[in-house]
Amino acid sequence: MITIDKLTKTYNKGQVLAIKDVSLEVKRGELFGLIGPDGAGKTTIFRILTTLLLADKGTATVNGCDVVKDYVKIRNNVGYMPGRFSLYQDLTIEENLNFFATVFGTSIRENYDLIKDIYIQIEPFKDRRAGKLSGGMKQKLALCCALIHKPAVLFLDEPTTGVDVVSRKEFWEMLARLKAEGITIMVSTPYMDEANRCDRIALIQKGQILSVDTPAGIVGQFPVDLYAVHSANTHKLLREVRNYPGTDSCFAFGDALHVTFKGGAAGAHEAGAGPAGLTNYLRERGLADVGMEKIPPGVEDCFIQLLKS
Amino acid sequence: METVITTDKLTKRFGSFVAASELSFEVHRGEIFGFLGANGAGKTTAMRMLCGLLTPSSGKARIAGFDIYHETEKIKRNIGYMSQKFSLYDDLTVSENIRFYAGIYGMSIPAIKQKTKELLEELQLVNEAKTLVRELPLGWKQKLAFSVSIVHDPEIVFLDEPTGGVDPVTRRQFWDLIYAAADKGVTIFVTTHYMDEAEYCNRVSIMVDGVIAALDSPAGLKHQYGNQSMEDVFYELARKAKRGE
Amino acid sequence: MRQLLIFIRKEFLHVFRDRKTLLMLFGLPIAQIVLFGFALSNEIKDSRIALVDYSKDAVTAKLIGKIEASHYFDIQRTLASGEQLNAAFKRGDIKMAVIFPQNFGDDLIHTGKATLQVVADASDPNQATTITNYLESIVTDFNGELAQDAQQPMQILPQMQMLYNPELRGAPNFVPGVMALVLMLVCTMMTSVAIVREKELGTMEILLVSPFKPIYIVIAKLAPNLLISIVNLFIILVLSDIFLDLPVKGSMLLLLFCSILFIMTSLSIGLLLSINAKTQQAAMMGSLMGMMLPTMLLTGFLFPIENMPLFLRVLSNLVPSRWYFIIVKRVMLKGLGFGAVWKETSILAGMTLFLFAISLRNFKIRLQ
Repeated sequence: MITIDKLTKTYNKGQVLAIKDVSLEVKRGELFGLIGPDGAGKTTIFRILTTLLLADKGTATVNGCDVVKDYVKIRNNVGYMPGRFSLYQDLTIEENLNFFATVFGTSIRENYDLIKDIYIQIEPFKDRRAGKLSGGMKQKLALCCALIHKPAVLFLDEPTTGVDVVSRKEFWEMLARLKAEGITIMVSTPYMDEANRCDRIALIQKGQILSVDTPAGIVGQFPVDLYAVHSANTHKLLREVRNYPGTDSCFAFGDALHVTFKGGAAGAHEAGAGPAGLTNYLRERGLADVGMEKIPPGVEDCFIQLLKS
Repeated sequence: METVITTDKLTKRFGSFVAASELSFEVHRGEIFGFLGANGAGKTTAMRMLCGLLTPSSGKARIAGFDIYHETEKIKRNIGYMSQKFSLYDDLTVSENIRFYAGIYGMSIPAIKQKTKELLEELQLVNEAKTLVRELPLGWKQKLAFSVSIVHDPEIVFLDEPTGGVDPVTRRQFWDLIYAAADKGVTIFVTTHYMDEAEYCNRVSIMVDGVIAALDSPAGLKHQYGNQSMEDVFYELARKAKRGE
Repeated sequence: MRQLLIFIRKEFLHVFRDRKTLLMLFGLPIAQIVLFGFALSNEIKDSRIALVDYSKDAVTAKLIGKIEASHYFDIQRTLASGEQLNAAFKRGDIKMAVIFPQNFGDDLIHTGKATLQVVADASDPNQATTITNYLESIVTDFNGELAQDAQQPMQILPQMQMLYNPELRGAPNFVPGVMALVLMLVCTMMTSVAIVREKELGTMEILLVSPFKPIYIVIAKLAPNLLISIVNLFIILVLSDIFLDLPVKGSMLLLLFCSILFIMTSLSIGLLLSINAKTQQAAMMGSLMGMMLPTMLLTGFLFPIENMPLFLRVLSNLVPSRWYFIIVKRVMLKGLGFGAVWKETSILAGMTLFLFAISLRNFKIRLQ
């Protein structure tokens, strides 16, 4: 459905590199996630695919159409929700939706089925101006506007940024329903925990793809054993675990620390420097309540691991 | 323990709409206090009142020992503020930004020079002192913004979603800075959408529909609601929100 | 087509929901008319005047010599009849006519008195006052010389006549100026800001990704400003009729037609600005610096263009408001028909077409 072949894009006459040699493929009906922090190049990829930007090098197609030559065809067939809230603040919900429906040559009634589930939630406020809506509602309205012409492919650039957990959960449930309708969805997010909601994901950082796979596949590639270590005094624990000679990496994850040890998976730890020695080491330093267990890594662990290498 | 924020039935109404209703809580010196809530729950209103930007409709509050109604100027001298969006001037250099913010708080010129030097060393930005802020990577910008917000050694620093959009490693490095500041006795009042970050706080309050629905340590909240993670706790509470977001 | 209509409707909603800007747009012409109602003084050199000598005697020759010797005037002597003079005035070829009646010299010698007819084009009252004052001082000097030479008292009495604007009011000059200024400002600034706002808001991204044609965006953006400008035009005309006692002497239809043409010129400038501006601020500054100043300085309603250095005079030809100013003066104040303004009208039309073509060519179908 979407193919990207060695796309490179720079800004400011080549001074700022946005993306470099990015290649991807998204299958029909897939929910594909671009996962990476701000400035990783996610928006650039979206803009090239939605024909808003020309790449310096490389080619891309959407629904079989070339993004440069067939840009008119693509514009008729895709829905796009840019990262910034981009609706008319001084128009009401209904006016915004009506406007975008007409711009895409359709009407609300024609495709009401598709947006019904989402629109019902904001319909009670349809006479309220978009500028006065909360983050979650704006996001739903923007999604309605992007969907109103029943696009074959939906591009959502950071739809959940700055939105609370409840709205985010709801939003991903909506995406799952749209996927069931057969719409191909490409979505970007800086929240690693959302990666598991996608069929496949690409981890991206500084304009380069670190890894592309299913979330399970990404997690499966994690090269070493990962341990969760916890204690009531997380802050002190963090300091001490980092001081432990056998520690390779140590990051706080919620109420626990995720720790990897030097020597990796082979278990060839030096004496007293492996996971086994840590509890003792910590007890000697006044942390008596330490618990530790081996855990399966998450996407965020993998991302951190990939950033290191 | 010494308290630096005390509120008693703090309320803000906009017409008939009660944005924040009878907020009563205390924050201790050196504490990392997580202030969570769904969009539109009244977080921003509450935070603005505490910073002295918005006069409450009723209730009492003391920030860093000063009254929220009559001593807002003193409050402003004793707090720091950082939001993800507007903290630094992109078209000024790193040291110009530090100098500017130190200047706002009336620091003397030798003190500003001293502080600038210290900060640059602490952040390992000595070589970038003359770099425009817009050319710094996002993570560095955020660290700089945080350091600038506590350049005048405030009692309390308010952080409004400080880590949005930052990569996981930088996000954790940012929390290291927060811990370091808290160790020095600075009280941290922080909002975030990352639930794992809520776990890093000493105590967490969750606002729903203008009221504080829960307030405890993360472990206490999880125990109380019988949930595995803060995300589940938050979801369970915020889901019940009736307000039109 | 329905797409275009709903887009235009949206643009009107934007305009009507922004009450403050709307108020400013309509308050502007009123404020301007009041402000510019005050006349400013300015100096004139080399004014084109006509000399008609029906007497052709020694005295007239001497006085004409004096007038020619002053550097104030650029003298034309080819005109003879009243009709020719009239036509020259209407074309704006001459600013003043000095007429020596028959038997001028004889009258002076025999009766001690002679009347000199002076007719000035007062549609620019500053200029008219200044040049007639110059002439008067020359005549006064000449009278003094006569008194020294002659035995009996002799005096030449200039008889002044002000054409088009007998009371020498400043308003006639300023009303067309204000019209040019207000229309230029509203159209250029509002258009550029309206388009750039979509860029800032991010909605331009969605519109570009949609099948919506760029030309539609342009047309829809222009529509409300066109309407506002026409309303503004009427406000100015009504205000000047009621308060300044300046009715439209010529054809209302012609004035309207030329005004719409000028509005289109201004809209296309706004369009051009918006293509290159990234922020609303930049668009605003661009229209203010780029259009306001030249309109004020080089249109001719504050400072006579004739007096400017060659460079500025050449430059003023590129300022659309200059041509519109001439059209309004002729149609509104002098009551002339299309025949008198066809040249200026075609210049405006040419400019509009050119600017539009450039704008459409450069209108980005992608982001930069």
